[in-house]
Amino acid sequence: MSYLEHNVKSTPTGPRKMLHMNWPLTLLLISVASVGFLMLYSVAGGSFQPWAEPQIKRFAVGFAAMVVVAMVPIWFWRNMSVLAYLVGVVLLVLVATIGEEGKGAQRWINLGFMRLQPSELMKIALVMVLAAYYDWLPAKRTSHPFWVMIPVALILLPTALVLKQPDLGTSILLLAAGGGLMFLAGVHWAYFAAVIAAGAGLITAVFESRGTEWQLLKNYQYRRIDTFLDPSSDPLGAGYHITQSKIALGSGGWTGRGFMQGTQSRLNFLPEKHTDFIFTTLAEEFGFVGGFSLLTLYALIIVFCVYTALATRDRFSSLVTLGIGLNFFLFFAVNMSMVMGLAPVVGVPLPMVSYGGSAMLVLMVAFGLVHSAHIHRPRQQRR
Amino acid sequence: MRRNPRELDSTHRQMSRRTLLLGGAQLALIGALGMRMRYMQVDQADQFRLLAEENRVNIRLLPPARGELFDRNGEQLAHNSPSYRIIIVPEDAGDVDKVIADLSRLVELDEEDLNKALTEMRRSPPFLPITLADQVSWEDISKIAVNAPALPGITPEVGLTRVYPRRADLAHVIGYVGPVSDYDLKQIDDPEPVLRIPRFQIGKVGLEAKREDVLRGKAGAKRVEVNATGRVMRELDRREGQSGADLQLTVDADLQGYVQARLGEESAAAVVIDCENGDLRAICSSPSFDPNLFVRGISVADYRSLTEDPYRPLANKTVQGTYPPGSTFKMITAMAALEEGTIGAGETVWCPGSLEVSGRRFHCWKRGGHGHVDLNASLKRSCDVYYYDVAIKVGIDKISAMAKRFGLGVRHDIPMSAVAEGLAPDRAWKQRVHNDVWRIGDTANSSIGQGYMLASPLQLAVMSARLATGREVTPRLVKKINGIEQPSGAGESLGMNENHLRQVRRGMYDVCNDRRGTAYRSRIIEDSYRMAGKTGTSQVRNITKAERAAGVIRNSDLPWERRDHALFVCFAPYDNPRYAVSVIVEHGGGGSTAAAPIARDVMLQALYGDTPPLSAYPAADRSKIKAQQERLHRDYPGVSAPVSDRA
Repeated sequence: MSYLEHNVKSTPTGPRKMLHMNWPLTLLLISVASVGFLMLYSVAGGSFQPWAEPQIKRFAVGFAAMVVVAMVPIWFWRNMSVLAYLVGVVLLVLVATIGEEGKGAQRWINLGFMRLQPSELMKIALVMVLAAYYDWLPAKRTSHPFWVMIPVALILLPTALVLKQPDLGTSILLLAAGGGLMFLAGVHWAYFAAVIAAGAGLITAVFESRGTEWQLLKNYQYRRIDTFLDPSSDPLGAGYHITQSKIALGSGGWTGRGFMQGTQSRLNFLPEKHTDFIFTTLAEEFGFVGGFSLLTLYALIIVFCVYTALATRDRFSSLVTLGIGLNFFLFFAVNMSMVMGLAPVVGVPLPMVSYGGSAMLVLMVAFGLVHSAHIHRPRQQRR
Repeated sequence: MRRNPRELDSTHRQMSRRTLLLGGAQLALIGALGMRMRYMQVDQADQFRLLAEENRVNIRLLPPARGELFDRNGEQLAHNSPSYRIIIVPEDAGDVDKVIADLSRLVELDEEDLNKALTEMRRSPPFLPITLADQVSWEDISKIAVNAPALPGITPEVGLTRVYPRRADLAHVIGYVGPVSDYDLKQIDDPEPVLRIPRFQIGKVGLEAKREDVLRGKAGAKRVEVNATGRVMRELDRREGQSGADLQLTVDADLQGYVQARLGEESAAAVVIDCENGDLRAICSSPSFDPNLFVRGISVADYRSLTEDPYRPLANKTVQGTYPPGSTFKMITAMAALEEGTIGAGETVWCPGSLEVSGRRFHCWKRGGHGHVDLNASLKRSCDVYYYDVAIKVGIDKISAMAKRFGLGVRHDIPMSAVAEGLAPDRAWKQRVHNDVWRIGDTANSSIGQGYMLASPLQLAVMSARLATGREVTPRLVKKINGIEQPSGAGESLGMNENHLRQVRRGMYDVCNDRRGTAYRSRIIEDSYRMAGKTGTSQVRNITKAERAAGVIRNSDLPWERRDHALFVCFAPYDNPRYAVSVIVEHGGGGSTAAAPIARDVMLQALYGDTPPLSAYPAADRSKIKAQQERLHRDYPGVSAPVSDRA
């Protein structure tokens, strides 16, 4: 019995739960998704096909899923954590064997009605299982080496599977989100210091191994790093995407070139303009004002997550909320860094805006958890 | 698992601390992203905007339409007609060989053109378009357009091609255009960008080359928006170029056509000049060639047949070819002597058939001699000894100066290729060029237009016009540029004694109209069109003493290239000169037999402005002339029928 269950009686029940949803967060999500619809409409040359309309439908489905998840008490989800994690791992294994190839990587399982990307599912499952783990683990054992090794294993298993697909972007996100959660749970500083030192060593090793038989990354990954470090070295080849993306973004200026007036995206200079590089189109067409507005919306979502987490005294709720917020943050921070030329092109979409089914659905479910945590938070007892 | 409240509180506090720390870090990073965005979008915006514009906007040159050419009556001599060609961009094509193989299954490609294109491809960067086939039919172009997706890098293009509707008639006058070659570009210091447009055509020879400056026009430009693959999405704006100027020539295309027909297969040249204003009514070199062949790039076989022809069809004999003027020069010697007062028109010289000059014997063409010869008889009967005698008295320098005043040995400024200067030699020239003193024998040779003396048919026509008018008539080929009349070539008076001119003209009149004149058989009997002329026969070989003793071999017995050149110069009407004509038939034999009949026919054609009536010809010749007129009308579609045949 956890602390949570002592206060069950004070949580709202039935339809009243709807009123207790985190409505500002919901409004923020709708706003961000709407920005996505607008941009998808724009990059299709002023048409709901082929991207905006399916995206709207998916958002509707996602929204419904979010509400359903929100209505279910958070402790139920906590109990589901381990199952979710196991399903995630099984799916990742499956995708490696029967998954569909896409752009040289095995990432999807075709379920017939939609293509499932298990790595997306894993992002949430990992957050859930780690939160559940630290909710279960007595606080004084948190920094004990043995009890640290378990979550590390929980993080590394899916990370390794995702890296094998290969999907560098998602594996970095998994690693970062898992580490962040451990940090929040209170694992001793020394571990992080050690990991950072080891990470630095690993990066050195990665570069040193290049061209040898035990090369640690794929050649295309090395090339992406090269291009990131010096995009001008290959402006028509690998550096083309970053160069064109920066041109589009920079040419937006203060207020942008106007809706559907972005020459870079309209004339196809931008790659992947409906997925990974959609922010560039936004920045080109709506300028700094538009780009900064979206960034502000994102920042507010993070703020609300942090606020929700701080407001609940339930450890699982708080960790899940923060973990989801952190995931979300990593999503858009990596994507934006990428299109601004601050990070390598690793193929991370812009959350809620980029065209894509599983990512949107999974994120909505995740925010459903945040809502659930908020609705079912232990209320302050009058003393 | 129960927890005591204190433990819970402490973990909660720790977590809140770390939450705020991590949340703070996230916000800080968001702030950093915002700063970066501001830096790129505000501080560097101009720079990126410029790059975006460079990405998007391409400047394409609009080739100007070349000026058109018209004859004096407004008939089109050169125009531009749309032509389709197939362009390949090797970079876009990828596997060039495969694409070309696919293409050749669709349309017929000329082997030679293809090889040319492949050579060009190897030399130029892969993004430059190369012409695979020119002058492609509309059907073929449609086939390519339909199959465009299967033919990457192949595009049909419409361009303008020069067309010369009069074909061979004016080939030497107008010349032709052709695609700009590397050689052409090297000749120009700072080539205009328009010249780099693939297959842009510039004048190669003739008027097309000489007046390239006005004919080409100014290129326009358009700015187009292109997408990432370089496809043009839309036109942003365009600055129209300026078409080249239209030129109206002084040439009468119908007369030119007739003259060309009349010269026929002979290696010959004829010039018709307007005595009034120097307009070149016709300026023909024969045989000719079809300039349209050169526009699209002549095949090696065709080119070889043109260059290996002993009659040299590519040479423009009217201005470029220089010949010893022979007896047609005698008027100059006569004028020099008359103007210097060396002899009077009535004074006679005894012609025994030869004259010994400083130990060397100079023969008259008539072995038995002409007896007592005055100026009129010397011209009429073309006595050589008279001129040896007179020239030695006058001196070469005076004769040379007189020749130059009549337009010999000076380059006439007309816009045709390789206009020759000819040669009117004097003492200083020989000293300079041959480093030798002028000998009296040289004067004797020069007096009858032999030796060093060289003149082009154009110069001889100008000479005749000046003799006819006494004015410094200068030839003019371009009548109007863009409708603006060009300066007339009427010229000021030469300042010669009118009596002297009249005496020489009278001699020329008798050449054609006196029973003993050398061109009596080629006279015009229409009184208002009486012709004055002079025959000339210029040797292309030295006649040896032995040969002379054995009797000079008749021209018809010699191989073609050793026969004499036949010349004739004339003007008409005698009392009111309108046209001067010069004719040269290379290795044609005697001037009176080969050149004079042509000149007479040409003169009549010019005077009547059409096929002359048979009544203008001597009665004895009429049946022959009628047959000739019928033959020309039959063989040359541009030549009209004999008068009597017309309703």
